[in-house]
Amino acid sequence: MAGADGDDSLYPIAVLIDELRNEDVQLRLNSIKKLSTIALALGVERTRTELLPFLTDTIYDEDEVLLALAEQLGNFTMLVGGPEYVHCLLPPLESLATVEETVVRDKAVESLRKISQEHSPVDLEVHFEPLVKRLASGDWFTSRTSACGLFSVCYPRVSSTVKAEIRQHFRTLCSDDTPMVRRAAASKLGEFAKVLELDYVKSDIISLFTALASDEQDSVRLLAVEACVSIATLLPQEDLETLVMPTLRQAAEDKSWRVRYMVADKFSELQKAVGPEITKNDLVPAFQNLLKDCEAEVRAAAANKVKEFCENLPEDNREQIIMTHILPCVKELVSDTNQHVKSALASVIMGLSTILGKDNTIEHLLPLFLAQLKDECPEVRLNIISNLDCVNEVIGIRQLSQSLLPAIVELAEDAKWRVRLAIIEYMPLLAGQLGVEFFDEKLNTLCMAWLIDHVYAIREAATCNLMKLVEKFGAEWAQNTIVPKVLGMANDPNYLHRMTTLFCINALSEACGQDITTKQMLPVVLKMSNDQVANVRFNVAKSLQKIGPVLDSNALQSEVKPTLEKLSGDSDMDVKYFAQEAIIVLALA
Amino acid sequence: MSAISASEKVDGFTRKSMRKAQKQRKSQGSSQYRTQSAPVELSPLPQLKDAPSTEQQELFTQKLQQCCMLFDFLDSVTDLKSKEIKRATLNELVDFVSTNRGVLVESAYPEITNMISTNIFRALPPSDNPDFDPEEDEPTLEASWPHMQLVYEFLLRFLENPDFQPSIAKRHIDQKFVLQLLELFDSEDPRERDFLKTILHRIYGKFLGLRAFIRKQINNIFLRFIYETEHFNGVAELLEILGSIINGFALPLKAEHKQFLMKVLIPLHTAKGLALFHAQAYCVVQFLEKDPTLTEPVIRGLLKFWPKTCSQKEVMFLGEIEEILDVIEPTQFKKIQEPLFKQISKCVANPHFQVAERALYFWNNEYILSLIEENIDKVLPIMFGSLYRISKEHWNPTIVALVYNVLKTLMEMNCTLFDELTSSYKADRQREKKKEQERDELWKKLEELRLSNATLVQNNSHGLPSVQNNNNNNNNNSNNDSVNEDKSADGAAETVDGKDTMEASESTPCAK
Repeated sequence: MAGADGDDSLYPIAVLIDELRNEDVQLRLNSIKKLSTIALALGVERTRTELLPFLTDTIYDEDEVLLALAEQLGNFTMLVGGPEYVHCLLPPLESLATVEETVVRDKAVESLRKISQEHSPVDLEVHFEPLVKRLASGDWFTSRTSACGLFSVCYPRVSSTVKAEIRQHFRTLCSDDTPMVRRAAASKLGEFAKVLELDYVKSDIISLFTALASDEQDSVRLLAVEACVSIATLLPQEDLETLVMPTLRQAAEDKSWRVRYMVADKFSELQKAVGPEITKNDLVPAFQNLLKDCEAEVRAAAANKVKEFCENLPEDNREQIIMTHILPCVKELVSDTNQHVKSALASVIMGLSTILGKDNTIEHLLPLFLAQLKDECPEVRLNIISNLDCVNEVIGIRQLSQSLLPAIVELAEDAKWRVRLAIIEYMPLLAGQLGVEFFDEKLNTLCMAWLIDHVYAIREAATCNLMKLVEKFGAEWAQNTIVPKVLGMANDPNYLHRMTTLFCINALSEACGQDITTKQMLPVVLKMSNDQVANVRFNVAKSLQKIGPVLDSNALQSEVKPTLEKLSGDSDMDVKYFAQEAIIVLALA
Repeated sequence: MSAISASEKVDGFTRKSMRKAQKQRKSQGSSQYRTQSAPVELSPLPQLKDAPSTEQQELFTQKLQQCCMLFDFLDSVTDLKSKEIKRATLNELVDFVSTNRGVLVESAYPEITNMISTNIFRALPPSDNPDFDPEEDEPTLEASWPHMQLVYEFLLRFLENPDFQPSIAKRHIDQKFVLQLLELFDSEDPRERDFLKTILHRIYGKFLGLRAFIRKQINNIFLRFIYETEHFNGVAELLEILGSIINGFALPLKAEHKQFLMKVLIPLHTAKGLALFHAQAYCVVQFLEKDPTLTEPVIRGLLKFWPKTCSQKEVMFLGEIEEILDVIEPTQFKKIQEPLFKQISKCVANPHFQVAERALYFWNNEYILSLIEENIDKVLPIMFGSLYRISKEHWNPTIVALVYNVLKTLMEMNCTLFDELTSSYKADRQREKKKEQERDELWKKLEELRLSNATLVQNNSHGLPSVQNNNNNNNNNSNNDSVNEDKSADGAAETVDGKDTMEASESTPCAK
């Protein structure tokens, strides 16, 4: 490499060593983050012979530094000379994979997984697999947990004898003494099963799965549920009943709510993995139980899955299953004592209407929607309103409008501004579905009231909302209903309201078009350039810059230009700045 | 929008205290009860003390079995009569095992442990408050405490009964029993954890065969707490138990115990909660009193985990260091003084006055003072820079006054060295600055070297995969980015930001 001759070549390693020993962590961190620069400068050979041994030796540092190092080494293959030398990276990563701190270890494992792909099959057996074995039989739990994540990446590409060893190691770790290692093994069980030959899945994985799923610690058992999805996907349908279902049934009734929660959380995946027959016979009753679980956490997780579960039911008797088994539980949940359960349900319940069709929706679901629209918890009501479009497609929104209005009004005036913000975001959708008449009659006042809300975020959202409404209802509507009101605020004694006028104009000018902007809005903006508050004045400059492109060139030259020139001589430096900026952007200089 | 008070609207976020006041104090039932079938009504049995001694054992067993019935305490109106019968029976049982001799016959052991297991072992319910903060929040209390408390009381009396025989009990109070007991330490109810603490301590004392197991499981709980969940309510209680266990360790310390100290107890200092720190410090000091040679690795460990952003925790660390220094041997002090005082000198210069103050209080400690005096030639050069600088710069007058006192004390310890340091202070600072410049230069040269090499690589080997190029590009990009950032941060943009924040102050009619 060119840098190898001359004094220059001494810089990198000198700097690195100096910096890696610096007392200041930040400086050590900086030099580690530039490791690739240093390696590049050193050249591949010196990187292999000097830099990597140095790094391997100095691994006792702050976790931040180690994390950066672990990450860097994952991208180092080219810097050590390409795939044939990639195994040089293993020693430092091996020590990093035994570190206590989880994030460092995880990153080291991630990098190891990455570079494992760059190993040739021979190198994998000669260098990589022995490392995995060493980690798997390490003294302290950290190295064994790290090993769990490495089996699946090397298994597919090694000889059958080595494969047998790997399976044996994995089996040992699944019954490790410490729960930390068993958790790591359980969380990689599904991934490992995927790379195994089907025979071994049946002979090895199933027994491990069964053992982990009945572990004494619930934290291990719940991870086995996750693995259940992958395992069930791998097995042929006829084996599922004997190999997987007993364990799954047991998990769905586990005494720890965490395990049941996990089952509920993975329910859709499980449903797909086991197929329609088992779903009908086993999962439907299990799902009913989860919806009726004694812990709210579990019910909420199950409630979240109601729509997805129903959607994925076999079509031939989907409706019947929903009507006789699921719907009664759903009805109970509508009046659940826990608000998280109710709001989880409210976020999906509207989706059932497309599955059940018009008549069922009107007869069975509509009363539930109406009940939830009156729920005491704002989140429940919001979730219903935010999904109105699903119902609209099936029965039209009119059915709901009488109950909708009070719900909307109440949310619009909620004490929590985040709730108000959320309902504003649904206004354009609602307006579109309820139609312009209904809107003018009932909702327009609300939309205008938000413009003078005490919270800026609400005023901002209200402006944006107006723009979307104009896009929906057209410029003529805007001219008649909202523009006069917006412009009226320009005379408000509160400068914040006056600024809101400007923000609205910024948002509306494009949607309203040249005519309205020039004739109605521009005069107001120009008048406000004399405002006593500087904030208003520089916002005038900003507004002019914004609406300039909409105006015709005549107005631009004869009205905007003089005003901006006046403002650019303002006593306030910010007003000046923005006026000058507008002049430049509008090319009025 | 009239229903809402103006203050609430402006803020939007209700204050934590307000939210708490609104929320009524909650109690929680266990998942266990609800999975059981509905309880059968209990009927009162005759009093144990009235029974003839021949029938007493039989009646005792019956009562234990009766107490296996569980009730729903979330519903305060159901089964009132049965609940009362069980409460009275439990009271009677507690009394029976604590005052009578000869009642613990072998056949009673399985009945007793069965009654206890049925009542207390349960999957703890999910927390109402997922980010429960033990210092801030009210804990959720166990609803069935009226019964649960008596069961715990009974277990304790049972273990403390003079007739209690571990050799018989070990068939029932086994590893599985202990494991379930340990899981219960996660209970949010402090009353329950308190009972558990005493009970586990008794079990540890009486069952020699379970000791190693208990220690190992506590280790696992701690490791899960540190590296996985960061949540376990009973860490402080478990530490208290360990504190007294460490006290009884034989010398020389086994490798297992040293491993616990270095791999569990020290990393436990990364925990968020501050309530743990007293118990931790106690355990650490216990270890050091047993084996002073552990001082160096312990202090290095603490320095490794020294808090970077949490001042409150930093104060705790300083407190723990002082406790260690109180028992440190002078030879150990010499080994650790350099890294330790580098940290202390940083703390002294901390802009948070509580941290600076806590560090400066070290100079009020006679023993520490004597150690410093002995090693003044090492300590003073490390401390001098910071002390000198903050004596001129610190914003807090109390700190400045304290620093003057400390400087005076140090000066009296070695006047000549002090004078030398004073006169060389400026030169030292300049040397530091120069060094910094040199570092920047070095990096710049390195960067140039990298660029020239990169072009070489690109030119020499067309076939070389793109990783390198990407790498360069990334680096270039990031450099450019940082330049851009610098630009955008100048004048105009800043003032605008200033305006926007002003806007947030809302109702002032005129912002300027």
